[in-house]
Amino acid sequence: MIMRQSVSQHALPGPEDIVRTVLPNGITILTWTNQTSPSVAFSGFLPAGSVFDPREKLGLAAFTAAGLMRGTAQRSFQQIYDDQESVGASLGFSASTHTVGVGGRCLAEDLPMMLKLLAECLLQPIFPPEQVERLRSQAMTSFAIRAQDTAEMASLTFDEILFAGHPYALPDDGYTETVATIQREDLTAFHRRHYGPRGLVLSVAGAVTAQQVVDQVVEALGSWTNPDQPFEPLLPDVQTLVVPVRRHIYIPGKTQVDLVLGSLGPKRTDPDYQAASLGNNILGQFGMMGRIGSIVREKSGLAYSASTSLNGSRAAGSWELSAGVAPENLERVIELMMAEVGHFTREPVSSEELKDSQSSYIGGLPLSLESNAGVSRVILNIERYQLGLDYLLNYASMIESITPEQILETAQRYLDPAHFVIISAGPHPSEG
Amino acid sequence: MTSEPCYKLLPNGLAIYLMEIHTAPIISHWVWYRVGSRYETTGLTGISHWVEHMQFKGTPRFPTSQLDKAISRTGGVWNAFTYLDWTTFYETLPASQIDLALDLECDRMTASLFDPAEVEAERNVILAELEGNQNEPRFRLGEAVQKAAFDHHPYRNEVIGSREDLKQIQRSHLFAHYRRYYQPANAIIAVAGDFDAGEMFERLTNRYADVPSSPVNAGVVPLEPLLTAERSVEVTGPGSTTYLQLAYRAPAASNPDFFPLTILDSLLCGPTSLNMFGGGGTTNKTSRLYKALVETELAVSVRGGIQATIDPFLYEISTTLRPEHTPDQVLAVVNDQISRLQDELVPEAEIARAAKQARAMFAYGSENITNQAFWLGYAEMFAGYDWFVDYVKNLAQVTPPDVQRVARNYLQAQQRVVGMYLPAGFSEKAP
Repeated sequence: MIMRQSVSQHALPGPEDIVRTVLPNGITILTWTNQTSPSVAFSGFLPAGSVFDPREKLGLAAFTAAGLMRGTAQRSFQQIYDDQESVGASLGFSASTHTVGVGGRCLAEDLPMMLKLLAECLLQPIFPPEQVERLRSQAMTSFAIRAQDTAEMASLTFDEILFAGHPYALPDDGYTETVATIQREDLTAFHRRHYGPRGLVLSVAGAVTAQQVVDQVVEALGSWTNPDQPFEPLLPDVQTLVVPVRRHIYIPGKTQVDLVLGSLGPKRTDPDYQAASLGNNILGQFGMMGRIGSIVREKSGLAYSASTSLNGSRAAGSWELSAGVAPENLERVIELMMAEVGHFTREPVSSEELKDSQSSYIGGLPLSLESNAGVSRVILNIERYQLGLDYLLNYASMIESITPEQILETAQRYLDPAHFVIISAGPHPSEG
Repeated sequence: MTSEPCYKLLPNGLAIYLMEIHTAPIISHWVWYRVGSRYETTGLTGISHWVEHMQFKGTPRFPTSQLDKAISRTGGVWNAFTYLDWTTFYETLPASQIDLALDLECDRMTASLFDPAEVEAERNVILAELEGNQNEPRFRLGEAVQKAAFDHHPYRNEVIGSREDLKQIQRSHLFAHYRRYYQPANAIIAVAGDFDAGEMFERLTNRYADVPSSPVNAGVVPLEPLLTAERSVEVTGPGSTTYLQLAYRAPAASNPDFFPLTILDSLLCGPTSLNMFGGGGTTNKTSRLYKALVETELAVSVRGGIQATIDPFLYEISTTLRPEHTPDQVLAVVNDQISRLQDELVPEAEIARAAKQARAMFAYGSENITNQAFWLGYAEMFAGYDWFVDYVKNLAQVTPPDVQRVARNYLQAQQRVVGMYLPAGFSEKAP
């Protein structure tokens, strides 16, 4: 039985209602208006990520981003947070490999104030020395916690080996020894050189009109310039491993082992990305974590979580299988996963499996757009990967065009056990 | 685009709350049961959570292998949560597919199989979930603090249960628990989204009107007297980070003191959001304890929390210490800040600020249909829907003397548990 369709008219965000504006100084603004709640969500990025870090000062971009809200020429750390917390708003910056991300939310009435604050943090951070030291010691504590986190250590080691020689091999926040060498002058120099309007993208969704947003951004950031802002360096190609690598990271005193295994995957913009994505859904997500969940968790009861993920980024990607398992079950889980990868790369998925995943992707689209924050993120990714403002409108037909043969071909291209990295972290497998 | 909620009670005791929201073509459907760890007896801790897991293991009509696929095929999401006072199941689906959720929840209210082989497989899955939790120092500390905070009340147990009980619980226990608590008179259905309320009532009535139900005798859970002397617990384990957690006995959600204590928490540790979906709210860097502990470089982070519960549970303050400081140093600062709240009236403006924060967080939560449906049922589990409707208003009406009174009544040192997680080899003596 179908619910009556006349209740509402719902259109997906598209060229009709996503307004894209580029300011003369290079800032791109995307807006989508939704008057049903008095709130606004915004997200964005600028090209000042860890790809610019010198190796011996890895973590510099992340440290700089973390320092933006620690004091500006106009406001102290406490004033910055007092202003936003007093109105229940939030603003935050965090660095990844290519970009520094920005995100926040507020009531629509407070957006001008929040954009002004955002601009101050981007343009005039002063990195007070005592705040720099505080951030450093917080980073050191987080490294100590990370060293005890089985899932994080497995994932960190996986990336180090899979992407060896490429910036993706390195954690964006650095290591204890690299963050220890970063000086306040490094932060101010990094900020002066790499922060600028070119490449800054802001996506705003909520109870404001496009014109209001553009006016407010022009007011806050329209006069910003940085003629010396460098372009991203040319990155080396990622190299496929010539032999598989297996490693166990011993973390004593833990009860469970975290396992990550997998290989390189497509870039987000590769033509085979969508086929890989649907294939990944069948392999380790659909229903209760796809085929892998069914075999490892449902049929064998060997793990609470067992799934796969496809992480397509700008320069490369990974295709990973992961699980949290009791140490005595580790070998068995690896065997089961490898057997399923073998099956997945030998035979095409059934048309029923594919139809299920296609229907899941298409039906799930409105759910990802349920909130302003969701819309803002989706629109930002459309811009990040240049997918086109009609991406959401064309989404269903694009997903429906994928065939089992394309998925098999894609799986064979990437999921070759001869190039796999297999990492476990936790107690010794014999400790179970 | 959004209507007022409507309410209906079926003759078999099933309560239904509906709210039309026509901003997106989706519907979120929740079934709440008045059962959780509060209703568990000695030897059977974790049974409510395990029963929740078994609800995903199939009925004759929806075999286990088909359930997840049926939901996933629609592009929808579903999940379940077990907590102290309640267990809840939800589906958020494209509006045109909502019959699937209505059918499957109605079906598994009475027809879950509890297949013995599935019971055993799930035992391993839950033990693995527990082991995963125990990898986390904060879980181990929280578990120990909670146990020390109550001598008898079932709130002393972690929702997931103890390893010993999880190894001993049998299929017959699980099935009896299921039969006892999963019935219309012990349930609430809450639906929000893109539908017509009249039609939705009809659909639910058609499905549930003939489901038999009997009053649920959950037994009496005796309240526990307050602690009369401070208790401390120490947990040691791997790592190099020290954590400190304080737990005071808090008022029940239905106690008017809950609101001043919520304001107090907001001032002391920063505002907490009631949103389960759609994000939290703001940061806590201008809260009193952040300034006193993190700004002064004694701790890396601090947070507080009061849970809305049927019986008095806990108001907790948790901190992650900087390695060069001891729990005693941090505790002294917390004590000072609590004394300040007990001795001095807080400015009116701070209360107004906390109320605006709550208003903003409500706006964020109301963007999200799943979250709105969650709200519809949530407050019914420990108070009533009005509790939720009046929440912001009740916070705004708190006065400085109210905050002082709850600080004096609830934050007494002799009524608290002080828990510490000490990395193995750590000496408590300051260097």
